[in-house]
Amino acid sequence: MEDIEQTEKTFETKELTISMGPQHPATHGVLRLLLTLAGENVVKCTPYVGYLHRGIEKLGENRTYLAALPLTDRLDYISSMNNNVGYVNAVEKLFGIEAPERAKFIRTIVAEMGRISSHIIWLGTHVLDIGATTPFLYAFREREVIMDLFEMLCGARLTVSYPRIGGVRNDISQEFLDELYDFVLDFPSKMDDYETLVTENRIWKDRTVGIGVISAEEAINWGLTGGTLRGSGVDYDVRKYAPYDAYDKVEFDVPVGTNGDCYDRYLVRMEEMRQANRIIRQCIEKLPAGPVMADAPKFTLPPKDMVLKDMEHLIHQFILITKGPTVPEGEVYMGTEVPKGELGFYFVSDGSGRPYRMRVRAPSYVHASVLPRLCEGGMIADVIANIGTIDIVLGECDR
Amino acid sequence: MSAFLGAFLPPFIVQLVIILLKIAVVIAIGLLHVAYATYWERKVIGHMQVRLGPREVGPFGLLQPIADGVKLFFKEDIIPANADKPLFYLSPVIFFIAAISSLSVIPFFESFVIADINIGLLFLFAMSSLGAYGIVLSGWSSNSKYAFLGGLRSASQVISYEISMGLSLVGVMLMAGSLNLSDIVRAQHQYPTGMFAVPQFIGFFVFVVSAFAETNRLPFDLPEAESELVAGYFTEYSGFRFALFFLGEYTGMIIMSSISSICFLGGWTIPRFVTDLLPFLNYVPGILWFLLKVYCFMFFFYWVRATLPRYRYDQLMAIGWKLLIPLSLLNIVITAIVKIWFRGMA
Repeated sequence: MEDIEQTEKTFETKELTISMGPQHPATHGVLRLLLTLAGENVVKCTPYVGYLHRGIEKLGENRTYLAALPLTDRLDYISSMNNNVGYVNAVEKLFGIEAPERAKFIRTIVAEMGRISSHIIWLGTHVLDIGATTPFLYAFREREVIMDLFEMLCGARLTVSYPRIGGVRNDISQEFLDELYDFVLDFPSKMDDYETLVTENRIWKDRTVGIGVISAEEAINWGLTGGTLRGSGVDYDVRKYAPYDAYDKVEFDVPVGTNGDCYDRYLVRMEEMRQANRIIRQCIEKLPAGPVMADAPKFTLPPKDMVLKDMEHLIHQFILITKGPTVPEGEVYMGTEVPKGELGFYFVSDGSGRPYRMRVRAPSYVHASVLPRLCEGGMIADVIANIGTIDIVLGECDR
Repeated sequence: MSAFLGAFLPPFIVQLVIILLKIAVVIAIGLLHVAYATYWERKVIGHMQVRLGPREVGPFGLLQPIADGVKLFFKEDIIPANADKPLFYLSPVIFFIAAISSLSVIPFFESFVIADINIGLLFLFAMSSLGAYGIVLSGWSSNSKYAFLGGLRSASQVISYEISMGLSLVGVMLMAGSLNLSDIVRAQHQYPTGMFAVPQFIGFFVFVVSAFAETNRLPFDLPEAESELVAGYFTEYSGFRFALFFLGEYTGMIIMSSISSICFLGGWTIPRFVTDLLPFLNYVPGILWFLLKVYCFMFFFYWVRATLPRYRYDQLMAIGWKLLIPLSLLNIVITAIVKIWFRGMA
């Protein structure tokens, strides 16, 4: 006994401060966590963000509403379609115009495709961080199909800029619809593949059940949204709560968890993928005919073939591109449900063609702030599980 | 050959030459196996993960391991500024030597073993424990926090699983009545099932799980968990020193596969009821059976890696101390009681 006391006197124990990131395999980009460790236990966790700051909000204020759209591709770069949809919906609300029915359905289709492709990456990377390599590569197989479909649709795979203010860039072809329908029919069996590998896996459950628990009340207070919030049992989804596009015309369930741990958030997102698949299927079946751009010449660009032929259309195009549309004064907030959570765009308009203030409410930023709450008191390995489960993309977080 | 050499050389030189030749053959073939173990791992896991694996270098990518080796050999050997240099130099060597010298006691087929010592099994344990020094020292001497944590994890992991692995093999020792690996194989051949894996199924299970932990493979690859500790204990290593760790690790896998083949699956023999049924199998050389068993076990290593996630540190410890060690102790008690009971009957 005296020996032990002697040893404790001679050896002083210290906490270890370790900088995880900005270059680290598990931080999903350039997140930096300053961890204070006592052995394997995390005593303190401080996230540092901003390594990917490009000033997207300020850049948006220097461009016309029409020209700021490609910036939103660079927010959450793995689901750029959803950001575009969120942006054009917000701007349409400000302009007071509405997209035609067919365009709304098309936007719903592409947004849900974006949701599947984003959730698939989340699944792959989250599971890879926990140590299972195979689902990651399976996941990219399915994402590749969606990327190919996007390429067929608009020529771009990653930064699509496909939706337009007042509609979408071009109509979708029958060939695209056929291939998408094949994917939709096939996708549930692929989901079963993942679930066989992961969901009931004993090690997976050991690593995620009871990890990073956050109660419903606390989750609301932290401002969590999306799957991260629904995992705690709060039934909040912008698509149900304030429907935009064609979400009020399709049936889908909003899955919610019960315990608010990593495993419930995992289950919620897995079910969301199945629901997204269901939404796409309904949209394809109900897709109405008609134009894909709103008839609002003050805000939307004239058709390109007319611009090349006709003087009036050329002038019209020139004015809209250089000066921007004439916008009513006022301010508007519009939230949309992107794969990460609620992505909000807030515009203050002074009546010119450029926003006076463009503010992006990025879910990843809010979710990164909850990391200390989830990680402190856990182990290093739980930090990894928590980063994966809140599903952040630093492009959106840092803007 | 010994008769030919014996004609003009004194006998002890003949012995020495033969031993040196054996060592050269074992190391050459062993290292070739290690190199191609990496190739097969990439191929097998590739096909499990809807990819193709290496296929650019040589036909079917068969020269890939050699290209990797050449590349690593010519890479810059980076040493961190504040590293403890002698230890930093030494630790990959310790790790590799410990792994490769285990090959010396493994009987590949009847009467082909470099050192036919009667404590073969103990020697293997000793060497795999020595390998842990390489890991711990590399983590310590790198002067990097990630490597340090990796080294610490490895130390506790290897110590815990060494115990369960040792205990799991006690049942085999009891049944064979020897620690000599060749005798263990011969004892198995005499046994009705021909393999100790059947009566020693608890021991076999504990051994397999411990083997994964000893070789730092998924689901127990915590010392090098890339998503947590970047690369664990060899984070700061590059070039050929990194290659030594890599080689040592794959040698470790081959050693573990060999131990399981020898102690549980009958080594170079196949069960007698099989040869009674199909007599022509007697003409197949023993080395082929041995290698077949080793390859199957290696395939199992790959398969598990492609399937399972990773355990957390405390869960790993809990499995080792609360599940595997009690199980293997139970196995020893049962084996001993059954053995005494049978002896009493005879």
